[in-house]
Amino acid sequence: MIQLVDIHKSFGKQKVLDGLNLTVEAGMTTVIIGRSGGGKSVLLKHIIGLIRPDSGQVLVDGADIVAMNDKDLNEVRKKFGMLFQEAALFDSMNVAENVAFPLREHTKMSNDEIMEIVRDRLRAVGLTGVEEKMSSELSGGMKKRVGLARALAMQPRIVLFDEPTTGLDPVMTEAINQLIIETQRAFNLTCVVISHDIQSVFEIGHRVAMLYDGKIIEYGTPEEVRSSRNPVTVQFLTGSTEGPIQIL
Amino acid sequence: MNGPAATVDRIGRIVLENVEELGRILLLFLSALSWMVRPPLKARHILKQMEFVGVKSIFVVVLTGTFTGMVMALQGYHGFRMFAAESLVGSTVALGMTRELGPVLTSLMVTARAGSAMAAELGTMRVTEQIDALAVMAANPVKHLIVPRLIAGFLMVPLLTVVSDFMGIIGGYFVGVQVLNINSGAFMKNIYKYVTLGDIYNGMVKAACFGLLMAIISCYKGFNTRGGAEGVGRATTEAVVLSSISILVSDYFLTAIMF
Repeated sequence: MIQLVDIHKSFGKQKVLDGLNLTVEAGMTTVIIGRSGGGKSVLLKHIIGLIRPDSGQVLVDGADIVAMNDKDLNEVRKKFGMLFQEAALFDSMNVAENVAFPLREHTKMSNDEIMEIVRDRLRAVGLTGVEEKMSSELSGGMKKRVGLARALAMQPRIVLFDEPTTGLDPVMTEAINQLIIETQRAFNLTCVVISHDIQSVFEIGHRVAMLYDGKIIEYGTPEEVRSSRNPVTVQFLTGSTEGPIQIL
Repeated sequence: MNGPAATVDRIGRIVLENVEELGRILLLFLSALSWMVRPPLKARHILKQMEFVGVKSIFVVVLTGTFTGMVMALQGYHGFRMFAAESLVGSTVALGMTRELGPVLTSLMVTARAGSAMAAELGTMRVTEQIDALAVMAANPVKHLIVPRLIAGFLMVPLLTVVSDFMGIIGGYFVGVQVLNINSGAFMKNIYKYVTLGDIYNGMVKAACFGLLMAIISCYKGFNTRGGAEGVGRATTEAVVLSSISILVSDYFLTAIMF
């Protein structure tokens, strides 16, 4: 389980997170929604210790990662996988080397064993025969699949997704959504997903959290959030330009 | 704030920003040094960077060294001819190359070729979140990205300097002996007479310092890139400018200490 307790974070004079509290339940997919530039990615990076809060606690299985040194933090990070917005594949490596990277880094497996896992993870995300391709030769959807395969390589318990369907066509969006649902079930993962795509939110989320003004203002099951009367949530879900959300 | 006060305020801010940046570069350097002594070292990455910084810079270093030696011989010849000391051209070229021009020009050429590439590559990795991806996979980015480049700069720039020194002397010999008809024996004799192993050694030590400076500054600029393609371009330019200035300024102090 992941808990964020009273998180405050500012960049210069801009306050991004303002006393944020959130609990991510184990074995479920929690989707975080909110307007662009509202701090969703910053929130996700707090969960994995890429950004440290100005104040507050980030508890992963009860341990506060904010107070940890790099060595202990790295041990916690081994529980995580993360799919970045643009997949963040290493462009100096081919697909197989990308997926194999965490295994080579943290295990003493033989090359054959590693390649077996690489092929298995690539199969799990619906890719075969792409091991030798460089990331520049892949489409946006394929990159995200490879990124997911790499995130799953070490069999993490928690996977973070930073806008996994942004920039994809509707068919590929649906394919990635299904992939998230299937992998979450197959590996019994705790997933945190950031998304703008309302259809995806209700398709993949067991829990939905709405981030606004640096705080979680709405949290619940997709049905609960969908039937919310909070004007901010209503405006965001309907995509209306009229309401409390200012258009900058 | 009125005119003079605003100017002082602005100057103060610029000084503080630069001191802060210097501190951050130093901290990154210390962090890289601490990771350098923690096994396992990534031999494959180090060799790859050594190839990139060293082997792939040979052509440009050979060209620079050769033509610098040739020009020095040409200029020296016209000066020394005024008091019939043309035979000193060889030792002047050799001393100039080994003590000064070899290390400095080699470092500047490597900065332009490899330092800019380091900043651009790391900058691109930063803006495309590849550096974050490394950290997320519990792989320290300093160990993976900066340590190999630092080692490559430290080891390869002195070796390239020796190549540059050698080619400069060859270039000087060609112009002096073949084109300007200086006696070959006198040319070589004065090189042996005035150039010591210490000159070559000190030149290499300077080059090693320049290699470290170039690598850490380029890595720092790349590592701290912000703001997409424009940010990568800015980081690359700043890396080359700051590395070049640092090399030239530190050259004065190193020379004052060594020679």
